[in-house]
Amino acid sequence: MEVIGPKKKTPFPSESVSNTLPVYRSAPQLEVRLEDFELYAIDRLRVLKGISDGLSRGKKYQEMERLVSELWRKNMGHQNPSEMMNKDIISHFVLRLVHCRTEDLRKWFLSNETTLFRHRFKLETLDAQRAIMAEFDLPYKAVNNAEFVSVKDNLSNVARSISQPLHSAETIFFKVPFEEVPELVAGRRVFIHKGYAYVAMNQVGSLVVTQFRSHLSKALVLTNRKWTSTIREQEKDRLTPIVEALSTSYLGPDYSQSKEFSEISIKDIDQVANSSFPLCMRHLFEKLREDHHLKHGGRMQLGLFLKGVGLRLEDALAFWKAEFSRKVGAERFDKEYAYSIRHNYGKEGKRTDYTPYSCQKIISSTPGVGDHHGCPYRHFSEENLRAALCKMGVGDKIQEVMGKVRDRHYQLACTLTFEAVHGTSCDAGINHPNQYFTESQKIMQSKVFLAVLVQDNNAISTHVDNIANYAVMWLL
Amino acid sequence: MTIEEISKGRDGMDVDGDEIEIKQGIVELGFNADYLKLYYGKLFPHAEMFKWMSYGNDGKHPACDQSYFGRREFSFTLENDIYLRFQSFNSAAALENSIKEKCPFKIDIGPVYSVDPAKRHAYAQAGDNVFTPVERELIFDIDITDYDDVRYCCSGADVCSECWPLMTIAIKVIDTSLRDDFGFNHILWVYSGRRGVHCWVCDGRARRLTNEQRAAVTDYFRVYKGNDNSQKKVSLMGPSLHPFLVRSSEILTPFFEEKLLHSQNLFGSEERFEKILELIPDESTAAELRGKWLRSSTSREDLNAVRWEQLKHCLLVRKTKAHGLRRCFEEIVFSYAYPRLDLEVSKHMNHLLKAPFCVHPKTGRVCVPIDPDRCEEFDPTTVPTLSTLLEELNREGSRDDTENEWDRTSLGKSISYFRSSFLQPLLKSCKEEMENSHNAKVQQSKNSLSW
Ligand code: SF4
Ligand SMILES: [Zn+2]
Repeated sequence: MEVIGPKKKTPFPSESVSNTLPVYRSAPQLEVRLEDFELYAIDRLRVLKGISDGLSRGKKYQEMERLVSELWRKNMGHQNPSEMMNKDIISHFVLRLVHCRTEDLRKWFLSNETTLFRHRFKLETLDAQRAIMAEFDLPYKAVNNAEFVSVKDNLSNVARSISQPLHSAETIFFKVPFEEVPELVAGRRVFIHKGYAYVAMNQVGSLVVTQFRSHLSKALVLTNRKWTSTIREQEKDRLTPIVEALSTSYLGPDYSQSKEFSEISIKDIDQVANSSFPLCMRHLFEKLREDHHLKHGGRMQLGLFLKGVGLRLEDALAFWKAEFSRKVGAERFDKEYAYSIRHNYGKEGKRTDYTPYSCQKIISSTPGVGDHHGCPYRHFSEENLRAALCKMGVGDKIQEVMGKVRDRHYQLACTLTFEAVHGTSCDAGINHPNQYFTESQKIMQSKVFLAVLVQDNNAISTHVDNIANYAVMWLL
Repeated sequence: MTIEEISKGRDGMDVDGDEIEIKQGIVELGFNADYLKLYYGKLFPHAEMFKWMSYGNDGKHPACDQSYFGRREFSFTLENDIYLRFQSFNSAAALENSIKEKCPFKIDIGPVYSVDPAKRHAYAQAGDNVFTPVERELIFDIDITDYDDVRYCCSGADVCSECWPLMTIAIKVIDTSLRDDFGFNHILWVYSGRRGVHCWVCDGRARRLTNEQRAAVTDYFRVYKGNDNSQKKVSLMGPSLHPFLVRSSEILTPFFEEKLLHSQNLFGSEERFEKILELIPDESTAAELRGKWLRSSTSREDLNAVRWEQLKHCLLVRKTKAHGLRRCFEEIVFSYAYPRLDLEVSKHMNHLLKAPFCVHPKTGRVCVPIDPDRCEEFDPTTVPTLSTLLEELNREGSRDDTENEWDRTSLGKSISYFRSSFLQPLLKSCKEEMENSHNAKVQQSKNSLSW
């Protein structure tokens, strides 16, 4: 790939066998257009994020298998089939660059890329799998005939114990240190003797995945070195900004304009805040009402959120002014604060439209003393968080929410809160405070419908049924 | 003054479950701090412990890693409930002096870390997880209290010669697999001082296992369905058994039939045989046996053998529902006799485990090694106690014709087993391993030079 990495003499793995799964051993020599550099990476990021969500929601192996192939099909295709492989490889290397820079990013990338690889490998043909094994230079020789005969009974016992009878004629076995196939050892799916596991050809997936993982793990460390020593500086005008933005990029809709429930008015805002704000915004909102003030970080986080929710500029100005003037006076508000609110709405300065913050951005912020922004699941003490959740009416789901927090799955904790408060499931998961709001509003409005319908039970029945069905759907 | 207070201060760290209960009256049992001081002064094998924990790195060879021993975590539980974690020592003398001075009621051994654990805070600022465990023996912990639902002679922390064989058979099953399947050679079994055994697998390969690989080994040993806590439901599925299970069954079945069946009187009452019948998935078979046993008299001497034969006949000989019931015979044997490992202990590198040759404060007994080849001879009730050892020392007076004081006590044979059967072969292979890796490195650098 022209933009990064060491040059290799040959273009990337010349595919003698037509396997479609590259092993990413070295960066290919390819020319990449800058836009593709970013677009491909974003598509792959969607796949990895999907995998990461699936894993943290505890999906089973089969479910993951389906999820992975679906994500791959949806995001990694290309109109031009010959470009698919390039897209695969380019996006991998770009994201490697993006995620090489901290321990946490490396871990995240490693785990999700490995899962992706594991499932893709399984879908390959036997020949392709063999070719991939060869690419890894696995130092294992197939077990020779004399040895095979001596352990044959044990091998076939193991095979029968896992209901995969041995067809001895064509089955090839490899003898590998048991450490390299932990999954097979854990499930007693291999015969082990004197420290060596006898791995059947149809089990090499485990072996190859271990190799893949350890190669990638080492490569990430090297890439990180290269990044800090040269790439970051050399590419500071071109790639660096893209790379840095990609690691915190949020992939859903940007909520900069509220669409579905446009226009909330100031008079409804308290009620709406109580019913449909996520905890982070609810907290800011309450603090603002209480202290009649918020520091910069809080003003930005809440202000942009309210814009996304549909508070128009005039209303926003009035809203902030009503609070702030009680503390600093109307005059000072107009002089010092009004500007930044207009700015948020793109009416001042560069006139760019600022987009509301995503969860990821909020979670990775670092609130200081006196700040109230950030994500409560991450930034509150356990005690405060418990109290806040009680107040929201999370009820007996609190333990579960706190469990997610302890595992540092803040967005999942927020999703569970949403589910507990609204009494419905939220399969998409919470990724954005404005998404939380939108989903919540959908449910609230259908609840209102339902309430009205129940009261007015003389309405024309078919009509009621239809709407009620719709409403019930949201309540499920 | 119980140790419970300090265990709260351990911030959830992994500590050997064999918690100490220091109560008044231990002096009568022959345990107190003064005795212990004498023990550490005259009998505890400090030098051997250092040699072991150094794994050959204390030598002069260029491949020796001089920092190795100093990166090992020790932790001490002191008399007055103080719990000291992350102790480290840079020499044999430093270890010995500290033990003699602090006189710990319990010494735990943790992993070797990437950096000196005593200085971990200095590294914490550097970020990026510099302070992490890098080596640790593969360890196992088996506790007789986990067998309470299948032993009728004792319960809780008590053991007797009727139930101790459960530990013996556990050692056999696990030890055989560690050697034959996993290829490990340097395995130390230790009496935990009261109610179980500990196992230290010390081969280089074992010490370098990652957490994931440790979990794989422990899962290989796992035969229980569901979560780790519901130990009762053994499930051996599949049309045939894995060779490890076949071998285990070959070890367990004779033990069950010849010993356990009779010593625990497993069919001796309705309550007891009901427990076994519960394990038979076929209702009509269970009902038939129940009917038979309820009618027959319980006074026969060979009651257990007879009933077991009847059960076997139903399950094995009569080809009713073929192998579903066949498997059930093995499941019964496994339910009663298969080793019940504390799996969490083995899965993580940073779990602490009590050091051999500690003295258990409740029983006063020394945590002596057990020779797996002669483990049926081991009797927990004859293990030397602190007070008998000190008596033996006194009785002999102070003579200086023996090299080590322990040779004059009943601890002598334990220490000499530790030295000759465990430590010597271990250090020999450490040395070989070191030389091989060194030669390979030298060769490599030579090659790259000439190239
Ligand atoms: S997860 Fe997102 S929406 Fe929920 S509280 Fe945190 S930042 Fe707000
Ligand atoms: Zn007993």
